[in-house]
Amino acid sequence: MTNVWRIWFSAAALAAAGLAALPVLAQQPIKVGMSMPQTGTLGAGGKAALVALRMWVEDVNAKGGLLGRKVELIAYDDQTNPALTPAIYTKLLDVDKVDLLIAPYGTVPTAPIMPLVKQRGLLLMGNFSFQVNHTVKHDMWFNNAPWNDAASWFTGYFEAGQKAGVKTIAFLAADQEFAQNLANGAKELAKKGGLKTVYEQNYPPATTDFSSLIRAIRAAKPDAVFVASYPNDSVAIVRAVNEIGVGADVKIFGGGMVGLQFTPIMTSLGSLLNGVVNYNSYVPGMNYPGIEEFLQRYAKKAAEEKVDPLGFYLPPFNYAIGQMLEQAVNATKSLDHKKLADYLRKNEMKTIVGPIRYGPEGEWANARVVQAQFRGVADKDMEQFRKAGKQVVLYPDAYKTGEFIAPFEKARK
Amino acid sequence: MRRGDPAPHFFGEPMFLSLELLYEAVIFGILLGCFYAAVSIGLSVAFGLLDVPHVAHPAVMVFGAYCTWQLSSLGMDPILAGLALMPPFFLLGMALYRFYYEAFERRGSDAGVRGIAFFFGVALIIEVGLVLLFGVDQRTVEASYVGSSVSFGEMRIPQRFLVACGVALVLMATLTLYLSKTFTGRAIKAVAQDEPALRLMGADPVRIKQWAFGIATAVAALAGALLIIIGPVEPTLDRVYIGRTFSVVVLAGLGSMTGTIAAGLILGISESIVLMLFGASWAPAVSFGLLLLVLGVRPQGLFGR
Repeated sequence: MTNVWRIWFSAAALAAAGLAALPVLAQQPIKVGMSMPQTGTLGAGGKAALVALRMWVEDVNAKGGLLGRKVELIAYDDQTNPALTPAIYTKLLDVDKVDLLIAPYGTVPTAPIMPLVKQRGLLLMGNFSFQVNHTVKHDMWFNNAPWNDAASWFTGYFEAGQKAGVKTIAFLAADQEFAQNLANGAKELAKKGGLKTVYEQNYPPATTDFSSLIRAIRAAKPDAVFVASYPNDSVAIVRAVNEIGVGADVKIFGGGMVGLQFTPIMTSLGSLLNGVVNYNSYVPGMNYPGIEEFLQRYAKKAAEEKVDPLGFYLPPFNYAIGQMLEQAVNATKSLDHKKLADYLRKNEMKTIVGPIRYGPEGEWANARVVQAQFRGVADKDMEQFRKAGKQVVLYPDAYKTGEFIAPFEKARK
Repeated sequence: MRRGDPAPHFFGEPMFLSLELLYEAVIFGILLGCFYAAVSIGLSVAFGLLDVPHVAHPAVMVFGAYCTWQLSSLGMDPILAGLALMPPFFLLGMALYRFYYEAFERRGSDAGVRGIAFFFGVALIIEVGLVLLFGVDQRTVEASYVGSSVSFGEMRIPQRFLVACGVALVLMATLTLYLSKTFTGRAIKAVAQDEPALRLMGADPVRIKQWAFGIATAVAALAGALLIIIGPVEPTLDRVYIGRTFSVVVLAGLGSMTGTIAAGLILGISESIVLMLFGASWAPAVSFGLLLLVLGVRPQGLFGR
């Protein structure tokens, strides 16, 4: 064989190998990457959210995947530790070579990755963060949470308090990104609404005993106590209130306590929750196409994986992240982040938590934060939370299921 | 105002401390102080009497808290669990000291510096071990005295603090009596003061120290039970207590049991009042503030000679 023939033969062999490899390349899965708090203070919520995302992956793959390719979810545990998330997302991008990104659940783990995604010009689907994009202003951020600014969160609590004649307010907030964003916004709104702040206190995130702080709040004799806390703190605060008492003057207590939506925590606290008015994303009785069917399927998966058995708070909204990605990829027929972001910005998304349209900062244009009062909750009974009634919706009016009971001590009985 | 904007006050809004609130802060500070004394007393033996730089003491305590949680989940009362853990922890302490002695103490004058590195390593291994075994989630125990309170007029005191305070006082009284009334106890005190003299009396200082380190570790197990009764624990909780325990031991005067109680009370009351006046963020700084003050003004501590 001459050299010329050798060259032609080699070229033909290479071309044949390349053609053979094409279908294989086409079958490479679309990788969706994220970190998720599976341990630590947000772990209980994170694990439940992950079940929902895996359900979406199963569903979309059963329909043939996206762009003819299967979808694969890569999720690492960030231990609710914000120091770990930048390294995890760098690994997802540079080592795992993921195609699409979802943010970890929560403001604190998400905040450190915002500069990274903005710098690289990447689409990031937010996951129940609060105002994490307010200062970063990344135009490819889309949050799945049903809120936007502090007013969307605080208005329901404030209106209920005003009806009960609240004139003074105390603020108790964790010294971290989420709680400070929320508490500072709430303080501005309280001031505008004519409420006098009689006590405000930030506590370090590692605080485990709140007896002294609750004692100080009781001494300040506020009409309202607004708390912005993460799950471990929320549990300790509710227990301390039960031990110490906040005084007869308090008419409304709660507002921004993360964790009081997780079924294991609600079951564990039981009757200690009575009277607390707190935010939520979904309570039984709110109906959107597909959510009931989703929750029934989720309940089976959750039982197998021993995570939040009801999954009202995060799972439907995490499934919605998948639905939004699916809708955007199918419509644009592309994985280009700019095209996807442009589509998400301009179109209404159809999800199991209702239609979502985005505002300028990538938050919901029309917020839908529920403020509900725990009432008649019994101890050690998980099933009671499955039906409507234990969390009486006070706000928004469209979902209202009852009137606010004040003062706080009366509602606890 | 958003996060990052200048705060309106350096300390936050200082709170008006009424006489009633001050009274409550002092009462709560006393209860907290007894608890601090209980978590420091093991270190008072190990560091104060034996001169072993046992920075892993809080980590051992957290390990004790996790063991308590494990036994408690089987239905055992947390206090009983803490007592049941004392014998195995005693043996663990003896083994730990023997290793430290063979590897560092007998080899020379820089044992202290290398010992600190060793015990930091032990603390880290315990932390990582707990993360691998139990994860980073918080753990709590259930008991009739956890979550309930006792009313004294308008004031309500959590029962968990009363129980912890009671156990702490009994523990300290027992240890004080042991160290002053028994032969081994007096030998432990002697080894701290004059090791060669003890050797001349026919006693083996290393065995005495090993025994004392075992006691310190057993006490840490019971302190761990108190720790999980007071509040939830997680693997890195020991870091919060390194400053507090060393501050109490130095403030007390190395090795003084009575001083440990007094120093615990001073720290507890100071923290409680600072927390009421300036806020929770400043409370952890109290222990280091006291430590610096004592080292500057009275390095031998309150009860040291």
